[in-house]
Amino acid sequence: MACLITRRWSDVQLRSAGSARRIPVAKTPKAYVGGEFIRSESGRVFPVYQPEDGGNGERVLLANIPQCTRKDVRNAVEAAAKAGPQWAGRTPYHRGQIIYRLAEMLESRSAEMAGAIASSGGGTCDAAAVEVSLSVDRLVYYAGWADKYEQILGNTNPVAGPFFNFTVAEPMGVVGVIADDASPLLALISQVAPIIVSGNTAVTLASETLPYPAILLGEMLATSDLPGGVVNILTGLKAELIATFATHTHIRGVDAIILSEHRKELALGAAESVKRLRVRPQEDAPHWSDESTQSVYDIRAFVEFKTTWHPIGA
Amino acid sequence: MHTRRAPLRAKKKSAAAHVPELIFGDLWEFDPAPETADPRLRDQYDLFIGGTFVPPRSGRYFETVNPATEKVIASVALAGPDDVDAAFAAAQKAFEGPWRKMPGKERGKYIYRIARLIQERAREFAVVETMDGGKPIKESRDFDVPMAAAHFFYHAGWADKIEYALPGCRVEPLGPVGQVIPWNFPLLMLAWKIAPALAMGNTIVLKPAETTPLTALKLGELLREAELPHGVVNFVTGAGDTGAAVMGHPAAKKIAFTGSTEVGKIIMRQTAGTDKKMTMELGGKAANIVFDDAPIDQAVEGVVNGIFFNQGHVCCAGSRLLVQESIAELFVEKLKRRIDVLRVGNPLDKNTDVGAINSRMQLEKIEELVESGVAQGATIYQPSCRLPGRGFFYRPTIFTAVTQSHRIACEEIFGPVLSVLTFRTLEEAVEKANNTAFGLSAGVWTDKGSRILKMSTLLKAGVVWANTFNKFDPSSPFGGYKESGFGREGGRHGLLDYAKVV
Repeated sequence: MACLITRRWSDVQLRSAGSARRIPVAKTPKAYVGGEFIRSESGRVFPVYQPEDGGNGERVLLANIPQCTRKDVRNAVEAAAKAGPQWAGRTPYHRGQIIYRLAEMLESRSAEMAGAIASSGGGTCDAAAVEVSLSVDRLVYYAGWADKYEQILGNTNPVAGPFFNFTVAEPMGVVGVIADDASPLLALISQVAPIIVSGNTAVTLASETLPYPAILLGEMLATSDLPGGVVNILTGLKAELIATFATHTHIRGVDAIILSEHRKELALGAAESVKRLRVRPQEDAPHWSDESTQSVYDIRAFVEFKTTWHPIGA
Repeated sequence: MHTRRAPLRAKKKSAAAHVPELIFGDLWEFDPAPETADPRLRDQYDLFIGGTFVPPRSGRYFETVNPATEKVIASVALAGPDDVDAAFAAAQKAFEGPWRKMPGKERGKYIYRIARLIQERAREFAVVETMDGGKPIKESRDFDVPMAAAHFFYHAGWADKIEYALPGCRVEPLGPVGQVIPWNFPLLMLAWKIAPALAMGNTIVLKPAETTPLTALKLGELLREAELPHGVVNFVTGAGDTGAAVMGHPAAKKIAFTGSTEVGKIIMRQTAGTDKKMTMELGGKAANIVFDDAPIDQAVEGVVNGIFFNQGHVCCAGSRLLVQESIAELFVEKLKRRIDVLRVGNPLDKNTDVGAINSRMQLEKIEELVESGVAQGATIYQPSCRLPGRGFFYRPTIFTAVTQSHRIACEEIFGPVLSVLTFRTLEEAVEKANNTAFGLSAGVWTDKGSRILKMSTLLKAGVVWANTFNKFDPSSPFGGYKESGFGREGGRHGLLDYAKVV
């Protein structure tokens, strides 16, 4: 496939490079936490392979992905909590601009991202290119909501008394995202964008089977205007980390696409801190390319409603 | 246990002697002014299932007691799992039968009928509420019952307008819903639960609290008068086991619970891994924050109302007073003077300010926490008011010299006990106010508008009352942050929690 990113290092390439042989420089994939690129504190990695073999029947390594631990999750929560007040304190107009800028970043590097998706085995080059365009459009969609959702979700309330009473939607704080395994970019963005647009910060566990596009997304976030810590992207194994997402008290909500067998574990842990959950089964995951998966009500899923009363009088 | 007569007071005499003492409370007796409306009660109540009253399969009954007299009022059916099954079967049948198919405008008329019937029989319901729960008649008469009627009236109007509840989307009812409510506002909590669920077209199985089941059962009679289709609303009475059966029932598409955070977590664990939608309305430890520029006498009234309303049996009670250091001494003196003249006693007396504690169990819990406050070094103040010889009563109590680590500053007491802390700066007030696992409500008292809006933004609480406290309205969403729960009740927001987007 034409769009594939170069293999990490390739005999084929070396042989065909003629006299001006150049050894390609490989990239060590890193998670993205607090605006910095980190390896897992554990030093563990798990390999992911390219969809096509090397011509000799052997699998070709795409990357060694950090296998993050619960300590990495806790560090990411700390980074997200630190970034939260400032992010929530930006004007909605400003948050909208920053998310729009992120769309610009992704659009301008769409070929590279499509390559990362296809090279991970996330579909053909054409399909990957479509996934990237849809992801850009989704970011633009939510960027536009930043200074509008409040007028849809909030209210002034006509109470029976001399009071001015109004309800506003507020960010909850740190929200965990356990991303769909399929559609490694589009699902991640569809889950994260409605969470951060309202001023939440996100701790994200990327697709377990196709993590590489999320690694690349982290690199794009780092060059966008999104402040460090607003979106943190971890890679690793869901089965290992669900418990930490569930029980960490500072994570106020979790949006998870997980296997049905993991649901109970997540809900049991969430009960300990009365955590808000939005769980959709991996077996019947949303069709992310469908426009029904984007809505102002996805923003509503992770806001708190605050009602303020004040007397009307002299 | 509850027979302690001597008020607990610190020895030290206060320095703020310039606050004049109101002593008329000791000068003359108030004549008794009991409310005498006929409560129209029966000796025994069965379960309200499928539109009729049916005896429990087990044949077992339990007694509900008047906490002000410790006398049995009536015996009430104890619903077991079979009865809960029957109630959900009735709810399922009603949902698939008449209720879901009924046009919204007709459904709304039934809900209007319920509102009107409550208004017509308001005094009778108020008397029963006070007898069964111990709250002062002036509160059940002027707050609980009219507000319950208002909730039905408000939501009735939504029934034919639900397409406006979620602009851009189509919504549908969920099906049978299971609801469990607490004993502090029995009829009002029932209205908060039932009215939006009905307006959206759901059917209901509700369990009232075991110490206060009577107004729900009387409402069952009223629903028959309203000719509500059978099975749309079902009441099963009992204690925790019955509640667990309602919350865990496979037919319940949604569960809504109001009660303690502890039980809320048990329910969340019990239903973990299921598809049930949930609304949780749990505990609180609200901060009532008074700045030095606040209108002090109004703030004193607001703080007193915030903690002593309904004997402090209020999830959003302002149980922590945060007062700015520069006015703290004066403020606390005024508070003490004010609670010295609160009338504690017969809940059916129209002059009573503070009624009976809901149950012996709750009284013991309050006593235990107050003792911990004394033991941990906080300074206690209680007025010397006389308490009735029988029944469960507790003096209004103020603790000063409270630190944030004291149990009385962290745990929900759910009684007439106020913990006073101080602060110097706005930032300190916010930090202390938010330093809790709860996040249900908060109060702010200041003359400065911009400060109110800043505080309202910074406080992690679902309801913020500025220069007022404990105000409620059917159109105003109510519900908590953090471990105070999720979902809202009231307004468009509460309605949506009983709908699914299709």
